[in-house]
Amino acid sequence: MSTPVDLDPFARFRAVTRARIGLGRTGDSLPIRAVLDFQLAHARARDAVHGHVDFAAMAERIGADRPVIRLKSRAADRPTYLARPDLGRRVDPMMLADVSKGAYDVAFVVADGLSAAAVEAHGESVLAACLRRLGDLAVAPVVLGEQARVAFGDEAGEALGARLVVVLIGERPGLSVPDSLGAYVTFDPSVGRRDSERNCVSNIHADGLPHEAAADRIVWLIRAALRLGLTGVDLKEDAGGATALPIV
Amino acid sequence: MSVRSILLGRQRHVFDDLKAVMAAASPEKSGDRLAGIAADTNERRVAARYVLADIPLRAFLDEPLIPYETDEVTRLILDGHDAAAFAPVAHMTVGQFRDWLLSYDCTTEALSALAPGLTPEMAAAVSKIMRNHDLIVAAAKTAVVTAFRTTIGLPGRLSSRLQPNHPTDDPEGVAGSTLDGLTYGIGDAVIGINPAGDNLDACMRLMELFDRLRQRFDIPMQSCVLTHVTTSIKAVEAGAPLDLVFQSVAGTEAANRGFGVDLALLDEGRAAGLSLNRGTVGDNVMYLETGQGSALSADAHHGVDEQTVEARAYAVARHLKPLIVNTVVGFIGPEYLYDAKQIIRAGLEDHFCGKLLGVPMGVDVCYTNHAEADQDDMDNLMFLLASAGVNFLIAVPGADDVMLNYQSLSYHDIVSLRHSFGRPPAPEFEAWLRRMDLLDGDGRLAPQGSSVARRLIDYRASA
Repeated sequence: MSTPVDLDPFARFRAVTRARIGLGRTGDSLPIRAVLDFQLAHARARDAVHGHVDFAAMAERIGADRPVIRLKSRAADRPTYLARPDLGRRVDPMMLADVSKGAYDVAFVVADGLSAAAVEAHGESVLAACLRRLGDLAVAPVVLGEQARVAFGDEAGEALGARLVVVLIGERPGLSVPDSLGAYVTFDPSVGRRDSERNCVSNIHADGLPHEAAADRIVWLIRAALRLGLTGVDLKEDAGGATALPIV
Repeated sequence: MSVRSILLGRQRHVFDDLKAVMAAASPEKSGDRLAGIAADTNERRVAARYVLADIPLRAFLDEPLIPYETDEVTRLILDGHDAAAFAPVAHMTVGQFRDWLLSYDCTTEALSALAPGLTPEMAAAVSKIMRNHDLIVAAAKTAVVTAFRTTIGLPGRLSSRLQPNHPTDDPEGVAGSTLDGLTYGIGDAVIGINPAGDNLDACMRLMELFDRLRQRFDIPMQSCVLTHVTTSIKAVEAGAPLDLVFQSVAGTEAANRGFGVDLALLDEGRAAGLSLNRGTVGDNVMYLETGQGSALSADAHHGVDEQTVEARAYAVARHLKPLIVNTVVGFIGPEYLYDAKQIIRAGLEDHFCGKLLGVPMGVDVCYTNHAEADQDDMDNLMFLLASAGVNFLIAVPGADDVMLNYQSLSYHDIVSLRHSFGRPPAPEFEAWLRRMDLLDGDGRLAPQGSSVARRLIDYRASA
């Protein structure tokens, strides 16, 4: 009984699950290594929630190629943002006055959401990959949304006069992945859209959906939505050739 | 509607109706602020408690917070009210009721007899003028016992749900988490998995996986796939080995509609579960989950505070004679319960109100990463709930749910509570653990790496 597998009876499960199994124990309690590993993961998740996206630097980088508009939500700070999701869904009305309507097919909003780390790590790269695939469409100035939730894009997209809005946003961090990005696609954005009227591509991170594959799926949704004139539960990703797309 | 007011010093505090008193009297919750119904000053909150303490319990029968005509949960509560059981406290105010709950006269037997005479609004009202201490002491006097293949809620016992969630329902991954938990003696309340999707075939595969495991080791246990009640009904029709029928429920008709259920459908779900007759020591066939804030998130709260709406969900639960019910207290998010103080308070309120109403109450001691809470806070809450005599707690490997991305308790925590409080698992399950040499006479686990543990861990889920 001295093969390496015997040292860890859970070895055969570890390839198929990230669950914290076979941690061992001291008395009834967790061994110190497991305690610290958990604390590290939680610390990273907390830092992701409370971190700040450097939107100024991001605006400069994206602004080198195309127009950028920086907007804030009605939530003044992170505690307000966390306690009042209704405020994070609306654009600061003072800033909204500076946004002018255009004849745009698509607007992109990069929003901090619940993970600054996700936006910093994946936001620009996924945005660029989408834009490379959309050369034939009229794309609105890129909106950078601070203290923003998904529905923030409805008001921003409406103000821009865009037919469709894509919100790239930091997802609520878990312990195993603090920096997962989500993309929400909403046709005919306007205040009051329901979540059932959106399509979502989630789990964009280093161990999840890669940037280019994510862009393929987002762009498929954009084109299908513009063609059919809708998003949401009636737009199924398995329709119209989407089966060729990578499945997470 | 009757206006109530109180003069405190030079300030008169006026409350337009009973639900305004209830909302203002509630301990601070971010969800009540979000709904715009919380007390706007600390003084007003206490003023509301003075007012509430003097309101007769009977007022909640005469002034429904949510109209009888438009809400079937209100109808369930009032039509099902047992006046004879209510009689011993019928003359009391909310404040007198609180004092009685803490008195020597209030015994386990008295509380069991009283439960059908209480409405959720009465339970919620009294909880609002009770400190955490009071909630723990009074709840510890209750006993709500239910059974299926194990008996849960017996005095001096602490049961647990083993939650082996996996992001893709990979059978080996699910088996790894399950077998790990069994070596810790977890799962006597239920082995319950949140499936990755509501797909019938996938849910049935999970039911079969757990049933094979149960039969292979002859475990007195029940499993549950936490899918929508309609999927469970279809699974029963398809001949799946289903033990418990699951559903999330809330305290208003509109919020339940948001979950895709009504009372008739829930009754149908229960009947489907009963039809299989799979219980050996009892026939409580349902597993229900609730949580403060769920009605507000569905915009279905009728201006009633989140804790009172939550208590109303226990009327729905009581009607269905479930094996187990738990609040998912810290899961719904910081917009409803902002931080550990609010989560801990809500956990104690939910457990107290549930038990007072005769519901077999457990708690998912948990939090999300955007709430102001951490594992130290969960340590506090689990010890408080164990003191309060909670029926069961939920545990996941290493306290980390890799599918729902939140943190609960670890298997270790349950074992630790059992030792600290001298509360073994359900008797049938405890006997099995002894038979398997997984637990010794002192309640100690088998040595790590022992052959008995290996026998379990080497089990092949797909075999």
